Amino acid sequence: MRVVLAEDLFLLRDGLMRTLREHGCEVIASVDNGPALLRALCEEDLDVAVVDIRLPPTHTDEGLQAALEARRTSPALPVLILSQYVDQLYAHELLAGGEGGIGYLLKDRVTHTGQFIDAVRTVAAGGTVMDPQVISKLLARSDARGRTGGLTPREHDVLKLMAEGRSNAAIAHTLHFSESAVAKHTASIFDKLRIEPSADDNRRVLAVLAYLKR
Amino acid sequence: MGGWGAGGLRALVRCQLLGLLALAVVAVGGLVIGALLLLPIGVGFRLLPPAAGALRGLSDRYRSWTARWTGTAISPPDPLAPYRSASERPRRRAAAVLGDEGFWHDLRWAWLEPWFGGLLVAVPLALVEYGAFGALVQPFIWRLIDDGNWYAFIPVRSTPTMLAALALGLAFIAAGVRLAPAVLGLHARWSRRLLSAARSTELARRVERLTDIRDESLDAQATELRRIERDLHDGAQARLVALGMTLDEATRLLDVDLDAARQLLLDVRETSARALQDLRDLVHGIQPPVLVDRGLGDAVRSLALDSFLDVHVEVRLPGRLPAAVESAAYFAISEALANAAKHSGAQEVRITLAHEDLAHEDLTHEDGARLRVTVTDDGRGGADLARGTGLRGVQRRLGTFDGSLALHSPLGGPTTVTLEIPCASSSPKTSSCSGTG
Repeated sequence: MRVVLAEDLFLLRDGLMRTLREHGCEVIASVDNGPALLRALCEEDLDVAVVDIRLPPTHTDEGLQAALEARRTSPALPVLILSQYVDQLYAHELLAGGEGGIGYLLKDRVTHTGQFIDAVRTVAAGGTVMDPQVISKLLARSDARGRTGGLTPREHDVLKLMAEGRSNAAIAHTLHFSESAVAKHTASIFDKLRIEPSADDNRRVLAVLAYLKR
Repeated sequence: MGGWGAGGLRALVRCQLLGLLALAVVAVGGLVIGALLLLPIGVGFRLLPPAAGALRGLSDRYRSWTARWTGTAISPPDPLAPYRSASERPRRRAAAVLGDEGFWHDLRWAWLEPWFGGLLVAVPLALVEYGAFGALVQPFIWRLIDDGNWYAFIPVRSTPTMLAALALGLAFIAAGVRLAPAVLGLHARWSRRLLSAARSTELARRVERLTDIRDESLDAQATELRRIERDLHDGAQARLVALGMTLDEATRLLDVDLDAARQLLLDVRETSARALQDLRDLVHGIQPPVLVDRGLGDAVRSLALDSFLDVHVEVRLPGRLPAAVESAAYFAISEALANAAKHSGAQEVRITLAHEDLAHEDLTHEDGARLRVTVTDDGRGGADLARGTGLRGVQRRLGTFDGSLALHSPLGGPTTVTLEIPCASSSPKTSSCSGTG
């Protein structure tokens, strides 16, 4: 897998590079500022970009801006955004295009290497990965508005993991269910929330996110 | 039609009141002049303080009427030295009056107001009264009077000319009523020019207020630093210490019990994640990243997305505002939104952010630019600043910026929180990222 990496802090860039290489990724470009990132996104032949949201020269949301800009010209360009904070507004902006190949994770998630690499692979394959914090907030809001009232606690847990962009296998592993039990739960969730079920994994995530964002 | 008619009539009555008061000004002004003239023979010393007090009473009356009727606030001069005791020597009190800048301003006003202010308010009154003479009196008297009867330029000698006079009279009345509000406004501006406290007094007051505000903000800053220190000490710092200890333990166990060591290392990861979360929360409380990145508009949009209510945000800001203003406004809006969610039972909240450039001169601020924010919910209302909502603290904090917070919350709602912070906007922040590569 060919990865573009954007991170301005040397320590983190080094660590990320090592992690990615250990898991069979090829880091074809590593940049430390916004303009260079935008160039790399436009010019390199990449499978996925792993991008720190805060980059020089302004140290604000350069990484996000570059990703959004690049995805305007090539819409499904796979980008995984890493940040010290997750903000609902940024999550909305990243999801606004309705295209897959997008990820938004807290930086600390890289300490769970397995999950982090899973996320990189999902995004590279055109999937959608959202940080549990983003999803918790979305869910809490939907709960408060009584939009998830009909779900059992189990189904609620499954819905959360689904929205994070986990596959049935990953959900089964996390909740210690069988995969067929997860499939049964998801069918029930879609039925109760009246979401059009979809065989395509990414469509499913986007449909769930769209429901929660409403 | 009825709108300006009622407003015009009200303005007319007010012109009449001002006209009558001008007579009182003449009388009291004369009293003061008399007292001044009598100073050389000593009696003046006893007469001057009460006369000056009466004059101040009148000018205060003008100030409050002007503020109430036209919204033109006039800053009053410092009050005259109060009457302390009968034993105080009249000579000293009179000297205090003579040394008072406001007294001389009052006197100048008392001299000019009857001439200019009085004549000004007389214009609509005269129009209406002369109009009433044409419309109500002429139709009955023209038969009784012979050729010499004129109304304005109309010789009233026949029914047609009488009708013309009647029409002209009605036109005069309409013109008078129509003119009255404008005259009242003109009079307010004229009064403000004469009755405002001297510039030096206003500046002294401002210095005093700013000194208070500075002390308060220094206190607030110190408290804030203490809070941050405590949060770091009890949160991230403590967790890092625990982390070090656990790592030490794990290292020791590596040779003895591999499984236990592994468990401890997993604990370390957990603790480091918590430490990060602590730091994140702390930083967010100081300055939310989205506010730094994008400015107030997007930061409020982010707040709206976090809220459980339906929040509609309307932003009319030209660019970035000074960082301190953005931060103060952000936390104020956050508080207002939290209150709406907690107490009001509201479903929907509307937030508007606008930067206004007030064209008219404002003596208290060098330029009239300000940030104006309204937060309106459709809840049950009845909110009260006095009843321990966090808005009190917000109000104090906005004071640091010469800002204000107003709460309008009638029973049954809706509740509107309005904040105003004087500030100039800076040019839009240019993102170097926008240059396409």
